[in-house]
Amino acid sequence: MDQSQITDRLKARFGERILSTYAMCGQEAVTILPADLVEVLTFLRDEPELRFNMLMDVGGVDYLGYGGDGEDEDELRSHRFEIAYQMFSYDLRHRYRVKVAVKDDSVEVPSLWEIWRGANWMEREVYDMFGIRFTGHPNLRRILNHDDFVGHPLRKDYPITKRQKLSRPIDHLLTDKQEWA
Amino acid sequence: MNTPKLPAGVETVAQNEVTETLIVNIGPSHPITHGTLRVQLELDGETILRAGAEIGYLHRGYEKQSETVFYNMVVPYAERMNYCSTIHNASAWCYAVEQLMGIEAPPRAQAIRVITSEMARITDHCVCLGANMVDLGALTNFWYLNNVREKMLFLFQELSGARMMTNYPRIGGVVQDLPDGWIAKLRQSMEDMKGLVGDVKDLVSNNRIFIDRTQGVCPTTKERALSFGWTGPCLRSTGLSMDLRKDQPYWGYERYDFKVPVYQNGDTMDRLLIRFDEMEESRKIILQALDKLPDGPHLVDDHLVVLPEKDKVYNQMEALINHFKLVMHGVRPPKGEIYSFTESPNGELGFYIISDGSPRAWRVRVRPPCFANYSAFPQMLQGAMVADVAAALGSINIIAGELDR
Repeated sequence: MDQSQITDRLKARFGERILSTYAMCGQEAVTILPADLVEVLTFLRDEPELRFNMLMDVGGVDYLGYGGDGEDEDELRSHRFEIAYQMFSYDLRHRYRVKVAVKDDSVEVPSLWEIWRGANWMEREVYDMFGIRFTGHPNLRRILNHDDFVGHPLRKDYPITKRQKLSRPIDHLLTDKQEWA
Repeated sequence: MNTPKLPAGVETVAQNEVTETLIVNIGPSHPITHGTLRVQLELDGETILRAGAEIGYLHRGYEKQSETVFYNMVVPYAERMNYCSTIHNASAWCYAVEQLMGIEAPPRAQAIRVITSEMARITDHCVCLGANMVDLGALTNFWYLNNVREKMLFLFQELSGARMMTNYPRIGGVVQDLPDGWIAKLRQSMEDMKGLVGDVKDLVSNNRIFIDRTQGVCPTTKERALSFGWTGPCLRSTGLSMDLRKDQPYWGYERYDFKVPVYQNGDTMDRLLIRFDEMEESRKIILQALDKLPDGPHLVDDHLVVLPEKDKVYNQMEALINHFKLVMHGVRPPKGEIYSFTESPNGELGFYIISDGSPRAWRVRVRPPCFANYSAFPQMLQGAMVADVAAALGSINIIAGELDR
């Protein structure tokens, strides 16, 4: 299905809860609030004409200082972070992107681990890099940085030249059995 | 899941007997990990009860670094993510930026990208198969496959001056045209490779030891593969057919006739054998691409993207200005974002780029295929034996550079 049709379907279904839409280079996306995330993605998954049954990627973005030149009013966002979920339908071979607006790191985003097991590590990476917490995540620990690391390196206010000491090794990696299920 | 296979005459531990479990660490530096990965196992005898995986030992901050340099300067970084199929990663990065800018590489450059990417796929699969078979105790295959790989690396060297880190693709095409005589050498290599790869496949696919070590070991179901976001040969080994070269073709892949091999069992054996078939398909694509190789420029004619030729720079004012502007101010895509995806040897390699209109990307997010594939690994090991770790780990072909970025 054409991505613009998917945007129309979402607008018709969720109305005001779609904060904004985005279209460029044949790719479209909608921005929603964290509270609506599970509902929107399960709608995308279960609707017979959409069937988005794969979560390809979860990636955070920090918009601190973006569009600060004041050229474009729309660029001044009320939220600092965004998380982009790249959806793919194995059955129908189409794609879509859903973005979640996260005001700051006090806002928690629901974990999608219950729906897609792959979200487990991807959400851990967003937590590690941006400090956004996910509710219902089975094992929300750092993944690429070590456990004693201070700060979240992909935030715009984390200087690239900053160095930190290596930490002690972690004793136990074994996770709860339910995490794999 | 797997039930441990015991030789005849050996009894299992009685059901009600309490035994102590043992925690074993493999890695981060261990011969079977072929990189820096750490796996922790809880063992009951030799059976794995639980497993945990730790990554990040090779984290070099690729995404952060990419935000600080010009778009063209990311090409070498992209190559260093997957050091087995470098040139594909760099081409994929350039393709992503081209999509963001709304330009398209000329047909000849696209065909060259197809050829080099398929060569990279062959190289990657050779490393995966060869190294994994060494882990399983079969050294001969490693030399055979390394022979194929060596020929590819030699050709990369002729093309770009470097065996592995080629830095050959550019935004808007490739840096230079194919050297004289290169096509003939590639054709010869393809001819030689056919026999070698067939030999290795024959050596292993009917080999009792290989079959015992891999058949039915750490299988994955279709549902699990989709749930974990598996792509590439690992997904196709479970009976699902998804190949971006067929489904959403780029670089003119629709012009070539090739099959997408699909295996059904999703076990270690299928994950390995499917790579032999893919190498054969890659060989076919390369030969077709060489036959159909279009004439014309290898770079787009747009000096906001590509440096002008040197003799023009020295003799024409405009070219000098273009050169200066591009070096000092870089390529400037418009404001916006793109999620670009290609079929890398291990699966879907995605670049999510957000541009704020400046010469540096606001955000570069990489979707490495290994990351999703490896996140299923602890679960795969449940119920397997310690020796299966080596077989299973090699079969999902984890490239630590790409996993940790």
